[in-house]
Amino acid sequence: MWKFIVRRLLITSPQIIFLSLLVFVLASFMPGDALTGAIGPDVKAERLAELREELGFNDPWYIQYKDWVAGILQGSLGESFQYKMDVEDLIWQRVINTFWLSLVSVIFIYAIGLPLGILSGRYNDTLLDQLITGYTYIGFATPIFIFGLVALWIFGYILGWFPTGGSVDPGVESGSIEYILSKLQHLLLPGLSIALIGTVSTVQYLRSEIIDTKQKDFILTARAKGASERRVYNRHIFRNSILPIAAFFGYEIINLINGTIFIEQIFSYPGMGQLFLDSIVIRDYTVVTALVLLTGIGAIVGALLSDIILSLVDPRIRIK
Amino acid sequence: MSNPLLEIKNLKTSFRIGEEYYAAVDDVSLNVNENEVLAIVGESGSGKSALAFSVMGLHNRAKIEGEINFKGRNIANIPTKEMNKFRGNELSMIFQDPLTALNPLMEVGRQIDEVLILHNKNMPKSKRKKYIIELLERVEIPRPQHVYNQFPHELSGGMRQRVIIAIAIANQPELLIADEPTTALDVTIQAQILDLIRELKDDLGSGVILITHDLGVVAEMADRVAVMYAGEIVEVADVDTLFSDPQHPYTRSLLSSIPLLDDVQDKLHVIHGIVPSLKNLPRTGCRFSSRIPWMDEDVHEENPELSEVSPGHFVRCTCYKHFYFPDENKEEQDHDTTKS
Ligand SMILES: Nc1ncnc2c1ncn2[C@@H]1O[C@H](COP(=O)(O)OP(=O)(O)OP(=O)(O)O)[C@@H](O)[C@H]1O
Ligand SMILES: [Mg+2]
Repeated sequence: MWKFIVRRLLITSPQIIFLSLLVFVLASFMPGDALTGAIGPDVKAERLAELREELGFNDPWYIQYKDWVAGILQGSLGESFQYKMDVEDLIWQRVINTFWLSLVSVIFIYAIGLPLGILSGRYNDTLLDQLITGYTYIGFATPIFIFGLVALWIFGYILGWFPTGGSVDPGVESGSIEYILSKLQHLLLPGLSIALIGTVSTVQYLRSEIIDTKQKDFILTARAKGASERRVYNRHIFRNSILPIAAFFGYEIINLINGTIFIEQIFSYPGMGQLFLDSIVIRDYTVVTALVLLTGIGAIVGALLSDIILSLVDPRIRIK
Repeated sequence: MSNPLLEIKNLKTSFRIGEEYYAAVDDVSLNVNENEVLAIVGESGSGKSALAFSVMGLHNRAKIEGEINFKGRNIANIPTKEMNKFRGNELSMIFQDPLTALNPLMEVGRQIDEVLILHNKNMPKSKRKKYIIELLERVEIPRPQHVYNQFPHELSGGMRQRVIIAIAIANQPELLIADEPTTALDVTIQAQILDLIRELKDDLGSGVILITHDLGVVAEMADRVAVMYAGEIVEVADVDTLFSDPQHPYTRSLLSSIPLLDDVQDKLHVIHGIVPSLKNLPRTGCRFSSRIPWMDEDVHEENPELSEVSPGHFVRCTCYKHFYFPDENKEEQDHDTTKS
C-alpha cells in the first residue's frame, strides 16, 4: 500500500518538473518581459538594457530557469506590476476564496450527481431515466458561462434571492456568524451553477457504470443466493459502480478549475479564476505564470489523489 | 417411487425480441429425483441455460409458462420475495465462469457469509465464521483461514470455482444446478471439480442438474441424460442406454463426433451447421430436419412428440428410425423393423 503511494509520488515529481519547464517556456514566449509594463514610457532604452542585464534577463535560459525555480522554492513568485505587491501575497486570499467555492461546488456536484446517476442507472429506459438523461444532454450542451449568466440574472437580479457579486457583504465583522453566513450566501449561487453543469458527467458515468454492473455475473450469483433486490443493489451494484466515481474525484479538481474561471468572472467573485482573466487582459505576466503553475500543480495533485483513492478502495489495485 | 424432487411440466420460456416472444425453451418436461444427477447436453444455443435460469427464477424479462414443481410446489412465476427463500437455500446454482461470478470487491469469506446471513438469521457471527472455514475445507481449499480474507482476484480459477461451490452448498441444497461448471477450467482442474461435485451430491443426497456439452463429463457423472436441441428435449434416457443405444439423429451425431481412442471408428461424423437463432428457429415439424438435409422429408413426423421406445427412454420424431449418416449411403431399414 505505502509502496504504491510512494511510487506514485515519485512519478509525480518529474511531472511537476516538466510542468514548470513548460510554464517557463510559455512565459518566455509572451511578448515583452516583466519590465515592459512596470516601467514608465519615459525611461531611456539604455537604462532598460542596463536593468535587463542587472535582473538577469540576458542570461541563458537555464540560468533564468534555475533562478526562477529557486525563487519559487523560497516562496517568491515574483511581483505583480498591476497590484505592486508580491504575487504570493496577492494570490493567497484568492486561493482561499476559490477553495471555498470549489468545496461548495464539489458538495453540490455529488449531492446532485449521485442520486440522479443511481436512479437513472437503476431504472434505465424508464421515463425517469429519460428525464435525467435529457438533463445531462442539456447540461453538456450548455456552456457554463451562459448558464452562470442566466442564473445570475434570474436568481440574483430578478428574484433577488442571492447577492450578485463579491465573496462577502462589506462591513460584516470577520469571523462572526454573520460573516460566515454571508460568505455562504455568496457561495451558493456560483457553487450551484458550477455543480448543475459540472455534475452531468458524474450522472452519466454513474448511470452507465450501474447499467454495466447490473449485468455482471456476480450479480447473478448474489441473486442466486436469495438476496433481495434491495440488497443486490446496495451491497453489490452500487458499491461496485461508485468505485470509478470515487476514483474520478481527483480529476474533478481539473473540472472545477475550468468552472471557477468563468463563474468567478461572472459573479465578480474574488478568486483565482477572476484574477487569472484580469491578469491576462492587462498582461500581468508574473501573476498569469504563477496561476498557471499553481493550477497545473492542482491538476497533477488531483490525478495523484484519484490514484490513491482508487488504490484504497479497490483491492485489485492494492499492492502489498 | 415417490414424488420427484423437481418436476418440470410443459415449460416454455420465451424472450421478447422486438414485438414478439420467441421460445428458447419449448414445452420441456423433465424430472429430477433426489440423489440423482441429470445431465442436460446440447450445443450452444440449445436453451440449456435458459432452462436452468427458469428453474432458479433468474430471468428478468422472460415469459415463463408451464409448471416447475419443486418438492410439490409450483415455483414458476412466484414473487421474487418467495423465490428468495428457495434460492441459495434449498435450490442453488453454480455458474459457468468462476472468474466473473464473484464480487471483485468482497472478501471470499464475506461472500460465503452472505448466503448464511440470508437464510440463517439467528446464527451468530462466530459460528458462521467457523462454519465457513469448514466449508472451505470441505471444498478442499488449502489454508482456509487465509483464504477467508482474500479477494477473488488473489485466487486461481479452480479455487474460485471451489468458493462458488462452497456458496452453493452452504445451506445444504436439495437441488443443485451446475451450468457448465468446468467449461472455463483446464482439464486437470475440471476432473477435480467434478469429483468434488459428485462427492458433495453423495453426501447431501441432493438432486443435481448438470449442464454440459461435454459427453465425457456426462459419461462420468450422470445417472440420466436429457439431450436438448433448439429448445426441445429430443431424447431422454439413463446414461448407459444413451451411450449404448442412442436413437435420435442428434444424439447419434453428438456421440459419433467424439473421437474414440481405440479407433474402432474409421471416421468422425460431424453434423454441419449450428443451432439456428431464436428468431429463425423452425417452430413446426422436426427442428433437426434442417441439419440432416440428405434425409427424406417424409421420415419426419408432422408434430413430433417424445415417445417411449423402451422403459425410461424417450425419443422425439420418427426420423430416428430411418437415420443414416450421409457417407454410409444405406438406409438403416433393419433398425426400423426392430424398433417399432
Ligand atoms: N435474455 C435473453 N434474451 C433473448 N434471447 C436469449 C436470452 N437468453 C438466451 N437467449 C437465446 O436463447 C437461446 C438459448 O440460449 P441459452 O443461453 O439457453 O443456450 P445454452 O444452451 O445455454 O448455450 P451455451 O452452451 O452457449 O451456454 C439462444 O438462441 C439465445 O440467444
Ligand atoms: Mg449456457
